[in-house]
Amino acid sequence: MTDALLGVVIALPVIASVVPLVASFWREEIGWYVAVVALVLNAVLIGSVVRSFVSGGILSHEVGGVAVPYGIELALDGLSAPVLVVIAVVSVGTLAYTRTAGPRSNSFYSGYLLLTAGLVGVTVTADVFNLYVFIEITGLGAYALIASGGDGRSAYAALKYLLVGTVGASLYLIGIAYAFVATGTLNMADLSARLADVGYGDTIVLASFAFIIAGLGVKVALFPLHTWQPDAYSASPYGVAGYVSALVSTVAAYALGRVILTVYTPGFLTANPVVSSGLIYFGALSIVAGSVLAVLQTDVRRLLAYSSVSQFGLIVAGFGIGNTASVFGSVVHLFGHAVMKGALFLTAGIIAYRFGVTRLDEYAGVARRVPYAGAAFAVLALSLVGVPPAIGFVGKWYVALGAVRAGETAVAVVIFASTLLTLMYVARLLDRMYYGEAPEAVADGGGGTRVTRGMVALVVLASVAVVALGPSASAVQETLALGEVLGG
Amino acid sequence: MTGIGLFAGHQYQIAFVLLVGVGLYTMIDAKNLVKKVIGLNIFQVGLFLFLVSSGYLAGAGPAIIDGEGRYVNPLPHVLILTAIVVGVSLTALALALIIRVYDEYGTLDEEHIQEVMDGD
Repeated sequence: MTDALLGVVIALPVIASVVPLVASFWREEIGWYVAVVALVLNAVLIGSVVRSFVSGGILSHEVGGVAVPYGIELALDGLSAPVLVVIAVVSVGTLAYTRTAGPRSNSFYSGYLLLTAGLVGVTVTADVFNLYVFIEITGLGAYALIASGGDGRSAYAALKYLLVGTVGASLYLIGIAYAFVATGTLNMADLSARLADVGYGDTIVLASFAFIIAGLGVKVALFPLHTWQPDAYSASPYGVAGYVSALVSTVAAYALGRVILTVYTPGFLTANPVVSSGLIYFGALSIVAGSVLAVLQTDVRRLLAYSSVSQFGLIVAGFGIGNTASVFGSVVHLFGHAVMKGALFLTAGIIAYRFGVTRLDEYAGVARRVPYAGAAFAVLALSLVGVPPAIGFVGKWYVALGAVRAGETAVAVVIFASTLLTLMYVARLLDRMYYGEAPEAVADGGGGTRVTRGMVALVVLASVAVVALGPSASAVQETLALGEVLGG
Repeated sequence: MTGIGLFAGHQYQIAFVLLVGVGLYTMIDAKNLVKKVIGLNIFQVGLFLFLVSSGYLAGAGPAIIDGEGRYVNPLPHVLILTAIVVGVSLTALALALIIRVYDEYGTLDEEHIQEVMDGD
């Protein structure tokens, strides 16, 4: 089925991103309204394309009417549809939060819209070079937003992210260049067929795969390529940290999965068992290292950041295993992690705005002072651990199930062990929040004024969603038809 | 094949490896933030050279199709035009961030900035 709306959902935020900047000439603080109108409209359009995918199967659109494989193709299938939905939901949800929490400048919302356009672009493109361009647009947007904290620390964190992130994207481009030299094409479906013709054991094919994994590994922030990420998350404003942590690594991980599964295909992984186990253990290493580093943190934002390193290890391991169960687990976890981690950062923001506390030991007793936000934090954090029936459990379960089915029992053991580590730092934090002796700043109720009911309602809604989505997640497995994506 | 014979016809690939190596080394080794950005640019230019040269065909003309003949592949050129635009935007953003960092810390030396930040 063809659907021109696939192009519109990218173009709309790009065009809208110009409006706040131009509007700055006569009015400040109008960016938020522009962003709300554009992104709510975009969410409706995304809802419409996802619905036509659900009813009519895989969608595809040739940009500008230039025939594939010469032109650029946009597509929507079972792998990208959930990611597209989560982008639509989180981009609107975070806006509700930044209404009061800020930043409020027009240029911030231009960056926000541009970032959203990049995220949507990465998700729907079916051309590997176009993917590079959208990854860089996403990167540019993310660097600019992280620097919107306005102080030197956030500018430095953004610069560090820019340097490392650009090298990552460039390594991906080298991989693309190698694949292009080997095959002469950039369209994903066409490339996939021609790579098989060149031969999966061919040196240039293997080299291109290695460059792509290393490059996107930087963007996903897998251990040991994660060094930019904790600084970037902890130096940026909470609204930005929530948005970036929820979506930027998510679409990079999606891109990684897309390239592994539909360009190189599971057949490539079967033909090169060394590459396949290398990829799985790369993920497993990240799961363990991320959890261990998270346990060692004293700052709540850094703890959440390192926990992402671990969660994305799980997702990449699921893609690396490459069977239907593990890939479904990865997709569910991509979706679930985005909601959980984004909302956790926003909740940490509520607590920080209210009491001015950011460190673990300062969190003592906060949950008793802000019961709703505290309860939301607890539910989201327990979902992150993987307590059933929350969505965090479903993703982990399917990845572990896929690992056992593929005979990778070690990965299942690693997932279980990291769950215990996650429980360790989450339980310690929750214990302090509920039963700790409140320090002065918390005991007197805090002096922050920037927390509104809407912000609290948003995170409570997110915590209800992660629990409610858990049991229904398995039901969408058939709709996504991932077997079709994997070429099975 | 020995000596120069080994390298003949691979000048672009050799330049690609050298530029990428020099760029990455500069990014890692230089303490000055501006030099790191210069390193990043050298790294990217090396990459662009590799892609552009992949479309090259000895003795072929530009791809303005006019009857029979050998033409170079124009696709890599188009790609690199796009990649150059991306690179320029990144450089501009990086320099803007560097100005902010300099305003705040009064230095561009990575180690000094780290010291000041740890002291906070």
